[in-house]
Amino acid sequence: MSGTPTIEGAGGPLVHAEGLTKRFGATVALDGLTLGVAGGEILALLGPSGSGKSTLLLCLAGILRPDSGTVRYRGQALSDMADAVLTCLRREEFGFVFQFGQLVPDLTAVENVSLPLQLSGQKRGLAEERALALLTKLEVEDRAGKRVGEMSGGQAQRVAVARALIAEPKVIFADEPTGSLDSLNGEVVMGLLLAAARERGTTVVLVTHEPRIAAYADREVVVRDGRISQHAVVP
Amino acid sequence: MSLGHALLGLLEDRPRHGYELKHLYDERFGVSQSVKFGQVYTTLARLLRDGLVDISAVESGGGPDRKLYMITPEGVADLEHWLIDPQPPSTFGRSVLFAKVVIALMSGRPADEVLDLQRAAHLVRMRELTERKLAGDAIDALACDFELFHLEADLRWIELAGARVERLRSPRTRDVPE
Repeated sequence: MSGTPTIEGAGGPLVHAEGLTKRFGATVALDGLTLGVAGGEILALLGPSGSGKSTLLLCLAGILRPDSGTVRYRGQALSDMADAVLTCLRREEFGFVFQFGQLVPDLTAVENVSLPLQLSGQKRGLAEERALALLTKLEVEDRAGKRVGEMSGGQAQRVAVARALIAEPKVIFADEPTGSLDSLNGEVVMGLLLAAARERGTTVVLVTHEPRIAAYADREVVVRDGRISQHAVVP
Repeated sequence: MSLGHALLGLLEDRPRHGYELKHLYDERFGVSQSVKFGQVYTTLARLLRDGLVDISAVESGGGPDRKLYMITPEGVADLEHWLIDPQPPSTFGRSVLFAKVVIALMSGRPADEVLDLQRAAHLVRMRELTERKLAGDAIDALACDFELFHLEADLRWIELAGARVERLRSPRTRDVPE
């Protein structure tokens, strides 16, 4: 992609993981993994099921604590941050897209999407207006008044993308953000993530099993057995 | 399909006669079309001329099929180079990639390395196509999609092949929450 950011920028990587290890029982999910993500970069994590790529995403986002190793955001170790600081960071600087379970079931689509803005003090009317504009871009505005249970998986996923984007976070962590979408709707979602990166310098880290989605990224890395596969680094 | 490299791959474990190479080739690679004896001998003559194979023995009775061909160190080096040189991604690249993986597996080389290098080459091409698609019109998008989906099909095979190679290496599959 044009304007590809470089990891070795003046300020160093925005997110940097070093020597991450994570076990689930006897299973090693991350095995001393090191990875840097530059500000404004779109990074795709590819890899077979069980390779550890989703675990890596959760550790980078500070949702999961690694057993050993360090994740730094703007040079500061997440493990050194108090829980309140980490919570604040996740709310104000990070955006998340997961496949399931991140929307509040009792709220409508427009209420879900506008929630981050309202939590940061914006008036409800203005927040919902912006939410509706975003839902329109994602071609799901006709679901604005519906609750999660009244939407298809693909519609709910687009609502989740809108919610991740609305507060213009510094970093978006997305796990299979197009997993429930057909190809054209997948393009719409990737177009919005790409625009956020190019126009606002948003950093995007996404897990995907779809090579066509990974092709939107500035860089793709393959995670295998909890490590970055060195042969599979795409320049 | 590079017949010369396939023959080099088949000669690597031990010397073989031309007729044996033909039958082994058909068994391993001739899924859609078998190779003719003439093609095998012409190719062996070229490999001999280029110093990539040598004749280790000529059995009494004469005739071209009595020669026992062996791979030379230059032949091994040429095979190595061919294996790790990513195939230029194209619609017809699949069968060559398939042969590379089979030869890597047969010879005990790391097949996943071959797969990873090819995946990287494919992803670079897919990135170029995506960039062109975003900058172009609907017709450009259709043309790029056509190639993107074919490349994605290759990549899906690469993923599956990688999983099979992994299973060959360690029969117990890992179980990590996704």
